[in-house]
Amino acid sequence: MENSIYLDEARDPLIIAEGWMKDGKDVAIATVVETWGSAPRPVGSHLVIDADGNFHGSVSGGCVEGAVVSEAIDVIDSGKARMLEFGVADETAWQVGLSCGGRIKVYVERLG
Amino acid sequence: MDPYALKTLNAERRARRAAILVTDLGDGRDRIVREGDQVAGDLGAAIARAFRTGNSGSVEAEGRNFFLNAHLPQPRLVVIGAVHISQALAPMAKIAGYPVEIIDPRTAFATPDRFPEVALHAEWPEDVLKRQPLDSYTALAAVTHDPKVDDFALKAALDANCFYVGALGSRKTHAKRVERLLALGASADQIARIHAPIGLDIGAASPGEIAVAVLAQAIHAFRSRGLDASASAPKSKSILEKHDA
Repeated sequence: MENSIYLDEARDPLIIAEGWMKDGKDVAIATVVETWGSAPRPVGSHLVIDADGNFHGSVSGGCVEGAVVSEAIDVIDSGKARMLEFGVADETAWQVGLSCGGRIKVYVERLG
Repeated sequence: MDPYALKTLNAERRARRAAILVTDLGDGRDRIVREGDQVAGDLGAAIARAFRTGNSGSVEAEGRNFFLNAHLPQPRLVVIGAVHISQALAPMAKIAGYPVEIIDPRTAFATPDRFPEVALHAEWPEDVLKRQPLDSYTALAAVTHDPKVDDFALKAALDANCFYVGALGSRKTHAKRVERLLALGASADQIARIHAPIGLDIGAASPGEIAVAVLAQAIHAFRSRGLDASASAPKSKSILEKHDA
């Protein structure tokens, strides 16, 4: 993909999250905070989720987004942030299929 | 995340200014640190490193676990002069990850034929830079050899605190340029930031080799930002903006 010197507003997760917030939606932000091995998305990558389960961005190559979205909806309800860990050694992760062999840690927090 | 922190972060990103979101992973509190803000201790050292490298990551400081998410603008290269050196420099810089724009009002030089797949402006720098101002995440290389074209852009690059400013020409040519820039109102300290003769001293002779020397010098300037006390990052009075999550 071409490096742009300006933000891609239509696809930028943090810009989308701010837009959702302005629309009065409840929003959660998931962030990759640590990776080991061949993780598909770098540390700092975001997935943003609204209370209806709509999402933008990514924290993996599509392997664990489904699990993160359902956790995020709980986080929006409770307001309590969670640290999720996915990897091949992890039973849950194996089920949701982080097949690249890497491990990632994802911090999920509510916006506001 | 604090809604105010998100708004601030997005505003900084839109304005092509660097910012780091610092999140305390213990209690979820977060805050925005801008480049040039003074932060003490181990956390401050980690923040300075993140601004320089652009790498995000966790850091243990003051007995707490912080996550630093570094948001750096995409660095870019503006070349004044659609000359032979620029023809080599443009594709090289693009491969290295620095998008390139070329500005030259001389329509015989600035032709799409000579510069395929490059953002090319056959206009005066005065006009282009008014629309797309330079900033501290832009490198500027002035290679026309013509004061009428180069000088304005060089002064603008110094005023915008471009992370790299280079100008083609011998020491003798540069001495005359210094006089003209002083007359335009540039300070001696500003002018000292210009790399002239341009490029790392690798004995470059051909246009392609000079392009390598220029690109390497620009990358070095980018990766050593903030290491040199004379590199004038905007200083801020605030210690840290702190907001409850």
